[in-house]
Amino acid sequence: MKILVPVKRVIDYNVKVRVRPDGTGVETANVKMSMNPFDEIAVEEAVRLKEKGIATEVIAVSCGGAACQETLRTALALGADRAILVQTDVELQPLAVAKLLRAVVQKELPQLVLLGKQAIDDDANQTGQMLAALLDWPQATFASRVDVAGATATVKREVDGGLETVEVALPAVVTTDLRLNEPRYATLPNIMKAKKKPLDTLVPGTLGVDVAPRLVTVKVTEPAKRKGGGRVADVKELVAKLRSEAKILP
Amino acid sequence: MSILVIAEHDNASLKSATLHAVTAARKLGDDIQVLVAGGDAGAAVAAAAAVAGVGRVLRVDADHLRQPTAENVAAATLAVVARGGYTHVLAPATSFGKNVAPRIAARLDVAQISDITGIEAPDTFVRPIYAGNAFATVRSMDPIKVITVRTTAFDAAPATGGSAAIEDIPAGPEIRTSKVTGQEFSKSERPELTSARIVVSGGRGMGSGENFRLLEALADKLNAAIGASRAAVDAGYVPNDYQVGQTGKIVAPDLYVAVGISGAIQHLAGMKDSKVIVAINKDAEAPIFQIADYGLVGDLFEIIPALTRELSA
Ligand SMILES: Cc1cc2nc3c(=O)[nH]c(=O)nc-3n(C[C@H](O)[C@H](O)[C@H](O)COP(=O)(O)OP(=O)(O)OC[C@H]3O[C@@H](n4cnc5c(N)ncnc54)[C@H](O)[C@@H]3O)c2cc1C
Ligand SMILES: Nc1ncnc2c1ncn2[C@@H]1O[C@H](COP(=O)(O)O)[C@@H](O)[C@H]1O
Repeated sequence: MKILVPVKRVIDYNVKVRVRPDGTGVETANVKMSMNPFDEIAVEEAVRLKEKGIATEVIAVSCGGAACQETLRTALALGADRAILVQTDVELQPLAVAKLLRAVVQKELPQLVLLGKQAIDDDANQTGQMLAALLDWPQATFASRVDVAGATATVKREVDGGLETVEVALPAVVTTDLRLNEPRYATLPNIMKAKKKPLDTLVPGTLGVDVAPRLVTVKVTEPAKRKGGGRVADVKELVAKLRSEAKILP
Repeated sequence: MSILVIAEHDNASLKSATLHAVTAARKLGDDIQVLVAGGDAGAAVAAAAAVAGVGRVLRVDADHLRQPTAENVAAATLAVVARGGYTHVLAPATSFGKNVAPRIAARLDVAQISDITGIEAPDTFVRPIYAGNAFATVRSMDPIKVITVRTTAFDAAPATGGSAAIEDIPAGPEIRTSKVTGQEFSKSERPELTSARIVVSGGRGMGSGENFRLLEALADKLNAAIGASRAAVDAGYVPNDYQVGQTGKIVAPDLYVAVGISGAIQHLAGMKDSKVIVAINKDAEAPIFQIADYGLVGDLFEIIPALTRELSA
């Protein structure tokens, strides 16, 4: 069974993101970029399924500019077998990405697509669900455990009330949550090996996908600043202030 | 022209998140319809019909919607939307809404707008990006807007005062490629995390799941819900549904008490709209203090019991 793992290049989660003064977006020049953390978890899970003998091939795919090659090389260093870049400089929104991924799925015919639940830049949490809908496949989102047996995946999902178990018939889409696994680090030998693994490039046009954005970003603004930094000396002062100043406690 | 709100419910009752989505819907138009897709969901239907501002409740009742999958809820919603006349489809930005809304949008070949915190016009919305470090105002060019609503950004609509008409809509065939086979839900007598007036959250500094008992004693005194940082959940101190943050739950209580939490941006994203923030941390430099109204530097293992005692005095 083949597994397809879509990986997104995003601003590293440790970077303090700044809004551009002209309000057109956030500062991306000279900012550290990384693989979306949820996608690292997806790559790790796919590689583990291969190590268990359940998957035969792990294909990483990224949609975006040429720099996404770097993200794909990371996926290859983590254990993916080959990579596909769907190259475009158009700003991609989740629906467009889902359509591109559908086209790749139709070429590669994987039994499982493992995505992150959420990209930490747009915080959309949509692409996996959209892809499943477009393919008319079942979905299991926010996975904290995935067991594949025969033609079924049993997935524990992190939901608001706790955990839910769903069984999906393969082929299916699964999106990862934080507790699914702890991704390994790429070792130097594996980073070297990754450089020799195949990386193919496609373009939206040949896939027959219209990637034009459906949402126009009117402006991007800074959040309201919170005035913090107040201190209390001890528990007595804290309780007194919560009562008389904040009026939260009776 | 109608606004469709997908109700989140457990057949017996309406989840409060639905009430917040109704308020967002009312900012978009007057004809508010609420879809209750469930199994033997009479009580939830009645609750939806009683919500102020709701004009019509659409009931799709079938056995396979009792513990529904995203596939079946999306199918039920699409059947309703196909009748025509809908400009917006809204769901709360909960694990339920996030699971189904993109599926619906993709089938309609429209964008989905996630986690909106503001409505500027019927086609223009504000939403947080980058863990709330920026807010994007986006305009949709699609004929139908499929939206998830951040519940803390819109007040709850009154649960009573309405008397909506109830319309039955036949359920389509069951989609059988997925099924819910189990649930392990945290049981608690405490207020629900996302709607509690007071939240007490613990982080890695708690040191163990046992030590969360200290927070429970404090929460008992305050009638508070208990939350946690990702680090505390990852360490197994508390279940996943306690996680507050960018990729967990968004809360905005009157009082948020962060205990042994450093204040990473991913955590702040889930709680910095709280009215009053108290931080208790032994590290005077911890970033959580920068957003706290009342910061108390010290060892939580001394402070929390003392605070609990002080509140009992
Ligand atoms: C993709 C992604 C998504 C994420 N999503 C979330 C999310 O939704 N929510 C979230 O919370 N995090 C999230 N994180 C993790 C986040 O980056 C931080 O790692 C996490 O919030 C840290 O948790 P913490 O503050 O409990 O632990 P730490 O940062 O380790 O802080 C522990 C604090 O406890 C204090 N402490 C220790 N002992 C005591 C004591 N005895 N008394 C008083 N204070 C004490 C320490 O001084 C320290 O400040 C995410 C990260 C990534 C990469
Ligand atoms: N440009 C992209 N290229 C590859 N995968 C993507 C891209 N955008 C989103 N994804 C995948 O979809 C997931 C969810 O993203 P989103 O819906 O944008 O929050 C990510 O974790 C990735 O797995």
